[in-house]
Amino acid sequence: MTEEIIIAGFGGQGVQSMGKILATSGMKQGLNVSWFPSYGPEMRGGTSNVTVILSDERISSPVLNEYDTAIVLNQPSIDKFENSIKPGGILIYDPHGITRHPQRNDIEIYQVEAANKASEAGNMRIFNMIVLGGYLKIKSIVSLDFIEEGLKESLPERHHHLIPANLNAIKIGQEIIKKIN
Amino acid sequence: MSEIRLMMGNEAIAEAAIRAGCDGYFGYPITPQSEVLEYLMAEKPYERTGMVVLQAESELAAVNMLYGGGAAGKRVMTTSSSPGISLMQEAISYMAGAEIPCLIANVVRGGPGLGTIQPSQSDYFQATKGGGHGDYCLFVLAPSSVQEMADFVKLGFEMAFKYRNPVMILSDGVIGQVMEKVELIDPIPRRTQEEIIKECPWATTGKTPDRERNIITSLDLDPIRQEKHVMNLKEKFEKMKEDVMWENIQTDDAEYLIVAYGSSARISQKTIDLARNEGIKVGLFRPITLYPFPEKELERLSKQVKGILSVEMSLGQLIEDVRLAVHDRVPVEHYGRVGGSVHTPFQVLEALKEKIVNKY
Amino acid sequence: MDVKFESWKEIIKDENIAFKKTKVLTDNILSYCPGCGHGVVHRLVAETIEEMEIQDQTIGIAPVGCAVLAYDFFDLDMQQAAHGRAPALATAIKRLYPEKFVFTYQGDGDLAAIGGNETIHACNRGENITIIFINNGIYGMTGGQMAPTTLEGMVTSTSPYGRDPKLMGYPLRITELIAMLPGTYYVTRQAVYKPAYVRKAKKAIRKAFENQKLNKGVSFVEIVSNCNSGWKMTPVEANKWLEENMLKTFPLGDIKVDGELVKEL
Repeated sequence: MTEEIIIAGFGGQGVQSMGKILATSGMKQGLNVSWFPSYGPEMRGGTSNVTVILSDERISSPVLNEYDTAIVLNQPSIDKFENSIKPGGILIYDPHGITRHPQRNDIEIYQVEAANKASEAGNMRIFNMIVLGGYLKIKSIVSLDFIEEGLKESLPERHHHLIPANLNAIKIGQEIIKKIN
Repeated sequence: MSEIRLMMGNEAIAEAAIRAGCDGYFGYPITPQSEVLEYLMAEKPYERTGMVVLQAESELAAVNMLYGGGAAGKRVMTTSSSPGISLMQEAISYMAGAEIPCLIANVVRGGPGLGTIQPSQSDYFQATKGGGHGDYCLFVLAPSSVQEMADFVKLGFEMAFKYRNPVMILSDGVIGQVMEKVELIDPIPRRTQEEIIKECPWATTGKTPDRERNIITSLDLDPIRQEKHVMNLKEKFEKMKEDVMWENIQTDDAEYLIVAYGSSARISQKTIDLARNEGIKVGLFRPITLYPFPEKELERLSKQVKGILSVEMSLGQLIEDVRLAVHDRVPVEHYGRVGGSVHTPFQVLEALKEKIVNKY
Repeated sequence: MDVKFESWKEIIKDENIAFKKTKVLTDNILSYCPGCGHGVVHRLVAETIEEMEIQDQTIGIAPVGCAVLAYDFFDLDMQQAAHGRAPALATAIKRLYPEKFVFTYQGDGDLAAIGGNETIHACNRGENITIIFINNGIYGMTGGQMAPTTLEGMVTSTSPYGRDPKLMGYPLRITELIAMLPGTYYVTRQAVYKPAYVRKAKKAIRKAFENQKLNKGVSFVEIVSNCNSGWKMTPVEANKWLEENMLKTFPLGDIKVDGELVKEL
């Protein structure tokens, strides 16, 4: 089993940390993992992305040109990565602020209205965990027990009191994700 | 006890330094390797092992701190990225001349000039052919994973002291920034002063009455003596060939060969899987030491293949060593993105077909 | 002199010794020009190390400049540094061996021009080292070119019509500059062209080494010296010129003592 994922969005949406939590959790579960970010000034305000690979085999290239799953959280990312998904692969996006929706019919397309939910909850910082929850619903590669362990390891100790809120956000994501094609 | 962690290459090299009994790290921020200094400053190794960490005023100062510390027998290291490494070349040449052990990691970014902060492999010549002025070589290790970023710190120090020569870890922005699972070794204690004096009788540790003074210099104004010194260095560079390292991946039945190091080797590994799915029997030869270059093994492999693609993120630097090793017995072609663009496994596959498989 | 070697032998006896060379200097013949101040300063540094009984704990650094071969003369563990970088080497050695005594021996071109940054930052970090700075207002080793400390109007091979500050900048008083940094503990300017000054310089150098035991920052001793070859004068003329010209721009005396400025800058 190898799962190759691209996660992309605006800097500040928590793209990198979502990838890190997924990779850390995968490692805790015993998988080989790779997390390769876009880095540099583009992180600050521009579009940011991270390639995450989870596999029970040795991982070859951390740099990819096609993906099993794309989690794309803004318009430029949809435009950039929609055509990089393998046929039969998955695209997950938040329709909030999207004017040109994904079109492909040889992939499965899911919506997760994480921005609205996070806004309703009055806590935009759980946005990325809602998205992650949606993804884990579709691909349960990493179990929730290990996600909790991954959160513990990824978050600094002083933020550990936020873990229940994050786990709850994952549950919300699992509930609200819906297939649209 | 050893420990498994998810780490960035840059973090792994920093943690590995603490665990490898490093005495001092001297660095200066530059993307994409600033995490090394950041990690060390946060980790306070001076409390864990007594290791010194210092942010220098420039790469120039940092590398000269290596000169001072290495000449005094200490395990010292720095890390930087391409423009910073260029600035360090003067002292690297001095250290090679004065036979000072030290460890330098270059997390390469695209050039020339300020270039870009994105990954590249365009400093191959600089790393493997000396880099600064004068006749000298560095022992060059090319990690292709976070695990190797960590492992090569201990190995690098061993080689630096074995040969009394600077050792370079030639990494790049991909390996520096990627996070992978890494198994960290049990911490090795830093050497005591007695151990340092025993291991490095040549070091400037203070002239005791039982010996002559130790002088560390790269200067000898007498051409005959200087010539002899350079010839002795040459012997040492030849001897380094005993420690040559490489990896063969799916080469047993290979009809074609990709030669690549570092991140390009990782990318090409995926290319091989893609190619073999299409029935192309291709293998990967990965030099792990770039100096000494594993020429004998490559020569051996070249006898079984119809063509070789040298893959690196540069205009073609590694390919010169590949050609020298195979003596033009088989066609050798170059492929690589430059300027901070990273080739994808698919692009390498296309190049393999177009430049090698469809032609030979 | 028409004296046979054998007759000298009869004179060299313990009971006849009026002055003895310090054992921290080797028997190698100094490569400095006759009349140059380097030899005196070497002796002062070596004597200090002998008197403090720290020969086995001292590491010296001499970078590029006339003193590049200082390791031939000091019977000490010595490192030869690239041009200007001695304070960086000293920083690492002292941090890695805090119990040892570390000194740099640098000229004006080295310390104030190409190594200005290393000097300022080592001083600013308050490295617990001793810096011996020989200022003769010229690049001696390379044959008399303009240095950062060359006086206004002074003729050198690269200021053949005299140093014009509008074109070439002003003489750099780096000693006053670094005295303003909180990392310096002792900053002084001395000379060695008169016996009385030699004795004072010796005291300053001793203090600069003793200070390393206190762990309070950089001790910096500038020695205003001559370069009769570079200045194209006889040694006697050079010393006179030094007194009449150099000391106007580089006045002698302590600038900072025990961490306190003792002179208005």
